[in-house]
Amino acid sequence: MARTLIRVPATATRGEVIEIRTLIQHPMETGYRPDAAGRLLVRDIITRFTCHFDNRLVFEAMLHSAIAANPYLTFTLRAEASGVLTFAWEGDHDFRHVETRALTVT
Amino acid sequence: MSSPTSPRSGTEPGRRALFGGLLTLALAPPAEATPEAMAEAIARFTGGATPELSAAITLDIPSLVENGNTVPVTIAVDSPMTEAAHVRAIALFNQRNPQPQVIEARLGPWSGAARISTRARLADSQRLTAVAALSDGRFLLAEAEVVVTLAACLEG
Repeated sequence: MARTLIRVPATATRGEVIEIRTLIQHPMETGYRPDAAGRLLVRDIITRFTCHFDNRLVFEAMLHSAIAANPYLTFTLRAEASGVLTFAWEGDHDFRHVETRALTVT
Repeated sequence: MSSPTSPRSGTEPGRRALFGGLLTLALAPPAEATPEAMAEAIARFTGGATPELSAAITLDIPSLVENGNTVPVTIAVDSPMTEAAHVRAIALFNQRNPQPQVIEARLGPWSGAARISTRARLADSQRLTAVAALSDGRFLLAEAEVVVTLAACLEG
């Protein structure tokens, strides 16, 4: 199971723009690197990251081999109501990891 | 060659290739000569529109990087992020990695601000180009030159 670090403010005031930071443990093997025998290592990267707020897509990113290992990504969201944020990472070899965090808007 | 239509159809690919070549030239960003692959990737992102070099978009990346394996990069666009005027997408492209794409992010008025950060791999010293897609159909562009002393191990 991949380890993740997600930072969402515990509370936000209505209308406040919050920054969300995410990091997931993943090698992001580029597919361009040879092993000791000279054969190219098979590509193994995360290709898509999504963030849903109460089942509505609020952020999406397509990642490529040029993203560093353990992909770090920050983005913003205008906090309008309390709800649940769902973070999903999808990639090669059927990689899929989902995390949820509660957002409380006061 | 035996088909009666072959002389006519034989000229078509040539015309298409010529037209495609002119189109690619026309679509290349206004800056200096960029490698073709990056220009093509940008054209795919913009749907053929030419992005404008703009101070409203900032590409924040160190100009001197010791380790190309993990280079912090932030792209921000000055936008009110309202329903009427917002940033739809932000993408980052590079010239000299094996692939021109780095990341494409989709956002909207609910984002509140147009700002993303990530960490990139750079195979060599090169120019990076960030492009933002606006809700009014325009595309903004920002560029940055990066010198990498230890390249990412992309090609061994």
